Amino acid sequence: MNPIPQRFAHHLDLKHGCVELTHGGGGRAMAQLIEELFLAAFDNDWLRTQDDGARLPGCDGRLVMATDSHVVSPLFFPGGDIGCLSVHGTINDVAMTGAKPLYLAATFILEEGFPLADLKRIVDSMAQASRQAGVPIVTGDTKVVERGKGDGVFITTTGIGVIPPGVEISASRAKPGDAILISGALGDHGMAVLSQRENLSFESPIMSDTAALHGLVAALIQVAPGIHCLRDPTRGGLGSALNEIAQQSGVGMRLREAAIPVHEPVRALCEFLGLDPLYVANEGKLLAIGPAKLAETALAALRNHPLGREAAIIGEVVADDHGFVEMETTFGGRRLVDWLSGEQLPRIC
Amino acid sequence: MKYIDEFRDGQVAQGLAARIRQEVEPGRAYALMEFCGGHTHAICRYGIEDLLPDKVRLIHGPGCPVCVLPSGRLQSAIDLAERDRVILCSYGDLLRVPGAQGDTLLKAKARGAEVRMVYSISDALDIARAQPGRQVVFFAIGFETTTPPTAVVILQARREGLHNFSVYCNHVLTPPALRAILADHRPGSGADPKANSLLNGCIGPAHVSTIIGSEPYQFVAADYRQPLVIAGFEPLDVLQAILLLIRQINTGAAKVENEYTRAVTPEGNRKAQRLMAEVFELRPRFEWRGLGELPDSALAIRPEFAEWDAERRFTMPPIQAADHKACACAEVLRGIKRPQDCKVFGAACTPDHPLGSCMVSAEGACAAHYHYGRFRQAAA
Repeated sequence: MNPIPQRFAHHLDLKHGCVELTHGGGGRAMAQLIEELFLAAFDNDWLRTQDDGARLPGCDGRLVMATDSHVVSPLFFPGGDIGCLSVHGTINDVAMTGAKPLYLAATFILEEGFPLADLKRIVDSMAQASRQAGVPIVTGDTKVVERGKGDGVFITTTGIGVIPPGVEISASRAKPGDAILISGALGDHGMAVLSQRENLSFESPIMSDTAALHGLVAALIQVAPGIHCLRDPTRGGLGSALNEIAQQSGVGMRLREAAIPVHEPVRALCEFLGLDPLYVANEGKLLAIGPAKLAETALAALRNHPLGREAAIIGEVVADDHGFVEMETTFGGRRLVDWLSGEQLPRIC
Repeated sequence: MKYIDEFRDGQVAQGLAARIRQEVEPGRAYALMEFCGGHTHAICRYGIEDLLPDKVRLIHGPGCPVCVLPSGRLQSAIDLAERDRVILCSYGDLLRVPGAQGDTLLKAKARGAEVRMVYSISDALDIARAQPGRQVVFFAIGFETTTPPTAVVILQARREGLHNFSVYCNHVLTPPALRAILADHRPGSGADPKANSLLNGCIGPAHVSTIIGSEPYQFVAADYRQPLVIAGFEPLDVLQAILLLIRQINTGAAKVENEYTRAVTPEGNRKAQRLMAEVFELRPRFEWRGLGELPDSALAIRPEFAEWDAERRFTMPPIQAADHKACACAEVLRGIKRPQDCKVFGAACTPDHPLGSCMVSAEGACAAHYHYGRFRQAAA
């Protein structure tokens, strides 16, 4: 007598196989992909039910929800990949409201033909990032698009968190006199990714700073619950983040260039390419604005955390109807740190 | 950064600034034009004007390669990019510059044209090698600095027999433009002689001078009685050049001086000059945005390299495209108006929606002033 057939006749070929349209078709192939790849990696009680949604316990306090799509190219870069980036990105968006991130949802848009080995690498990286952060991926979705209609893999993650009582953080709360702090050196992520682009044959030691910042936020809020604004200066960098806050709060900013930390290789590569590190993306830094009297305490809290060792006080908020972000240059002059116009394009000479 | 930070030292800057303040004489005017966009960028980026006494006035010149390209030729590049099988490679700066009716290479790219941003012309050659079935055109612009690499690549394409590569040549020359500017600013001449536009000296180009040397500027002193100091692009270079110019002005001297001795020699880079002469010849006339048609002011690819000349390979009828009528780029490029004197500056014309070319490149006078310096206007 033949044995009872297994649910799937063969395991997914995670070494040599590719994403096929059937993996998004809702049938057995999709169930197998979920079970052998996603569930195996993210494994938790909510996912194991394999229901359409995750039933989560209620909680006290204000909830925060944030979502972020990730379309980075290349998918793997020094210091990270699209997988851990998609976990960190959304955790950080939730954390920048002062909230403690609790759960994540993940959506994958896969392109037909994408190697399953790469997908496994990405999913494993997400799983590791989510475990390390203590924020489980509790539900998800997968779609497959035809070859040529995607760029390998796009990942959207959504996060939910809860704000501790007494914390009131918003980009509209910066006040004249507030101190501006940054948790570390600027531009590592953007330049790590850029140095890997196919048309740039650079060898550089720059690693992405991608990291989940909720621990750093918790450490900061614990000693300085009166912080007014938090922002992770991702795309558009510090320059764009400060302009957004200046506009939302109706204030100006004064920065000291000499105080802004930038690692030497990032400075050098930016110099070479005609880019300004103030506008280069970060994925593991936060910008904190709060009352001047809290500045030193906040700085010490940041520096005591592994992700904030190079934190610095870089300037202050001022009253300014124009909302200008001005900077005292290392040279002794002043300049505006303006909004970025479109993408940063390299200069010719 | 070694060899760079030394030229951005704030303390040395304070010392130079103090000397400039001491040496400026009452009763004299110090209107100095920096020819190059690279200097304009450094001046605005480092806030150099904050270190200068009011009497020293810096006037931005026409030396931004993107800014002086007439919109008709830009439109020709857009049209070329939209042809079947063409891949147009361009330096990043050019992608947002408006051509006819505000069209740009970025918009053409969004419509489906294959426009690729490259960091170096040799990247364009790599694309041609990798895509033998496509016509790869490099949109070559720039002064003498970017011209030798274009020559090298054309020679390389000929050596390799690479038949799907060509160059749309828009290289221009610095001395004729400088001559046009000086003629314009001569007392009693120029478009607006009452506009307080007389110059007292020039900061000469950095990178361009590494190629052509300091000799080609002698006419500035001989024909126009103007001092010129060649300066590097670092902020201390600029301050030092300003001090040297002030000293010349104070003594009534008019000579060519070289502050950028670490890179510029009197005769320049002979090898680069030979390469340029081998591949290019003078165009009898060429239109510059802002300066109009200037004789012997631009380069064309020699007939023996016709196969790699996009203007010969493709039919490219000349396009006459007028600039936006409210745009004062022409006067800004000639140093007759300051960016903030243009009616549309910061209003209808911003870096997000540039009407004129000076608002696009970081080296453009309007973009540099908008990005780095417009808070000064608010304060005034």
